[in-house]
Amino acid sequence: MPEKNLPNATSFQELSDLLMSLDNLLVSCMRCGLCQAVCPVYGATFREADVTRGKISLLENLAHETIKDVKSVNERLNRCLLCGSCQANCPSGVNIMEIFIKARSFVAGYLGLNIFKKLIFRQLLTRPKLFNLVTNISGFFQKPFLRLANANLGTYKVPLMKPFLGDRHAPSFPAHSFVDQKKPENKPASSSALKVALFPGCAPDKLFPRLALATLKVLNHHGVEVYMPKELVCCGIPVLASGDSQGFLRLTGQNLQTLVKSDFDYLVTPCATCAANIKENWPRFMDRYLNWEKSLVVDLTAKTMDITQFLASVLKAPFKPATPKDGAQVVTYHDSCHLKKSLGVSAQPRAIINSIPEYRLVEMPEADRCCGNGGSFNLFHYDLSRDIGQRKRNNIVSVKPDVVATGCPACLMQLMDALSQNNDQIKVKHVIELYADSLPNIAA
Amino acid sequence: MTISQSLIQEFIKLTSQSQVLTEEADRLSYSYDAAVLTPKIPALVVAPATEEQLGQVVKLAYENGLQLTVRGSGTNLSGAVIPEPGDSLVILTNRLNKILEINEEDLYAVVEPGVITSQFAEAVVGRGLFYPPDPGSQTVSTLGGNVALNAGGLRGLKYGVTKDYLMGLEFFDYNGNLVKTGSRTVKCVTGYNIGGMMISSEGTLGVFSKIILKLVPPPKASQAMMAVYDDINKASETVAAIIANHILPCTLEFLDQKCLKYVEAHTKAGLPVEAAAILLIEVDGSHQAGVDEDAAKVKELCTRVGAKEIRVAKDAEEKFKIWEARRNALPALARAKPTTVLEDATVPRSKVPNMVAEVNRIAEKYKIDIGTFGHAGDGNLHPTILCDRRDTEEFKRVEEAVDEIFDVAIKLQGTLSGEHGIGQAKAKWMVKETNQATVDFSKNLRRALDPKYLFNASKKIV
Repeated sequence: MPEKNLPNATSFQELSDLLMSLDNLLVSCMRCGLCQAVCPVYGATFREADVTRGKISLLENLAHETIKDVKSVNERLNRCLLCGSCQANCPSGVNIMEIFIKARSFVAGYLGLNIFKKLIFRQLLTRPKLFNLVTNISGFFQKPFLRLANANLGTYKVPLMKPFLGDRHAPSFPAHSFVDQKKPENKPASSSALKVALFPGCAPDKLFPRLALATLKVLNHHGVEVYMPKELVCCGIPVLASGDSQGFLRLTGQNLQTLVKSDFDYLVTPCATCAANIKENWPRFMDRYLNWEKSLVVDLTAKTMDITQFLASVLKAPFKPATPKDGAQVVTYHDSCHLKKSLGVSAQPRAIINSIPEYRLVEMPEADRCCGNGGSFNLFHYDLSRDIGQRKRNNIVSVKPDVVATGCPACLMQLMDALSQNNDQIKVKHVIELYADSLPNIAA
Repeated sequence: MTISQSLIQEFIKLTSQSQVLTEEADRLSYSYDAAVLTPKIPALVVAPATEEQLGQVVKLAYENGLQLTVRGSGTNLSGAVIPEPGDSLVILTNRLNKILEINEEDLYAVVEPGVITSQFAEAVVGRGLFYPPDPGSQTVSTLGGNVALNAGGLRGLKYGVTKDYLMGLEFFDYNGNLVKTGSRTVKCVTGYNIGGMMISSEGTLGVFSKIILKLVPPPKASQAMMAVYDDINKASETVAAIIANHILPCTLEFLDQKCLKYVEAHTKAGLPVEAAAILLIEVDGSHQAGVDEDAAKVKELCTRVGAKEIRVAKDAEEKFKIWEARRNALPALARAKPTTVLEDATVPRSKVPNMVAEVNRIAEKYKIDIGTFGHAGDGNLHPTILCDRRDTEEFKRVEEAVDEIFDVAIKLQGTLSGEHGIGQAKAKWMVKETNQATVDFSKNLRRALDPKYLFNASKKIV
């Protein structure tokens, strides 16, 4: 049986030895600096230690023991959204995400994880019922604490939670999560129909059930059978981003156990980050899986898809460009990094929007520039995240849209916050919602 | 770090806490640039946000005897912004990034030194004008850095390089006094042509604060083609024939066989990998008819000289495809091995075949991999050495090969560097290309303008 966990460095020497295992990747950075053009963090701070070239140089120095201040390297390493913009634009093709994910694990293993993270990553996220209960309780008790920030966007301020939430304008928890609203499904696939496993993702399940419901509606509309188990847990990305590879492997193991129980043709999700994580990060730890897990992970790498990609590329839904109606709403589309840069999905969501006569798609400047959310990045580096979000907000309002559409719930949250902070009257929607709304309602 | 706390406090007083970087991890990230050379960690890094702060920082640093290196985006290939050893200060210009004026009537722009080249070029296009210099790092390089290194690019043959667009400059001397040269006019003979001296001075004479750049009307039509050769001499003859017929293509690029093979392996674009070389040619102008006429003439010349095959782009999509080979030259080479040493030896146009033959001979002699591409119209080649800098024995051979490439370039009446700069990498070669008197003259000039020798001391002239 393979060792489940990554080795933990207990001394600086061991840490630098672990980092030396990345030396072959690190050395391929030729220091051209072209990552500066696309790095959202560098774009806000102009600091070399914030851009990939600088981080790679720091890691190389740590590996070669020419810098020994692990904490300060770690601080800089974490000032990164893991958006993958640099890797998508790197002329030398440096495997940057592999470097950053592994380095974060090695460094966090050496420095240790704080107790809150440990509790959340290893105790809460691994227990789907408990996690659901906690969010339900929060949903129940939240009302007295919420102060409406922007009715159009549905954002709230939570003054009493300021020490934790800062000045964020956030959506409230819905009364019922997606898994509470829908019974688990696992109909046997008919001979003609495709069957997909629906991986809602934590945010579409707990915070934006309307996204998961829209996804389900679209799948039903197209006659796709759905495997929808209740036991799915977090895909693991926030855990991995914090360097907790142990917690990550625990979650992945649980998900694999659930997914192995049924046959399906594809795994689809309305969360670009979940899709990218399953496709790119689950296989990163291949040497830690059992044999059946390995083959399932390989299988999932090919089968996992963003919902818009599934619709356009697999179902070949005929998204014919429609002439916008008179009075059509102006929609601008924000490319989520994990959709465009990780999965190469950028034409499909646009084709969907263009096929709906109620909307007129107008491109914003820098549509594929990161919005600055980065999941847990937003939690730990809110000021920076907000600066990056402001640039995105300015690009959005420059085309005066009624709606900004995107493909990832993390982007959704960020765009809502950025627009709400500026008191903009623009709606934020997932592309799948626009499509689902355009379809006839069927009786449940 | 040896700079005293009180001096650091003075820098903070001039700027702000967040503009002065003292922590090791931050300073370490300014120890390198894009050249494959040994990094050096500066003692302090300051990022002025206004022209006034910039001048005061220069003055304070100079008074206190700090070695001073000005850095834009750190993308040069000659080690021009690797800091000096000892009490050294790096001044960052990337917060001085405002385009102050784009004048459509008088065809000039005024910018701060930290403006990014391609962002400026786009802003200029937005006003219906054109700023031609397009160095390979244009998406991140700064205009200050472009002036300091006299950056070139693909359009040199017809449109010239950065120096051809520099109309005027303001810079701080070692006392922190503001010096002004040039003007917003086409003609200006006021005082010495100090701008001509500052361009490609590599941070050794003063610190730029404002740059006036010339703009031109954009071409309205263009035509691109690829010509394939089984003999590199024929490619070179084509270049000579095009120019002899008084046609100046806006780009005239060259890729050798090795380079083609690497690019094809990377892109699978269907490139002619059996060819000895290809030329990528684009002509442009203000009228479609004139461009068509030039393109037809170029095509005829290619055929007459003996091109095996000519592919002419019929539309924008095909044009994009034709340029794919060139766009991917460096990425393809860079992916082949961990370390990429990008050289810049330049020879008179007619000597390109000799130079390529010599480069291939040197590659064989030192048993190293070299792919060559470059600006055939300018005689500016980029022999690109693929290696692994961790292999010290191999890297020694690489260094010897580079030395020999320079020797050959000089023998062919060429120059050490067409556009990458002298920096640290090539300073020792200056005597060989020129003579001792030239080096002495340059040093005298430098001492007059930098008596303590603190401006980027180990660069350009040693």
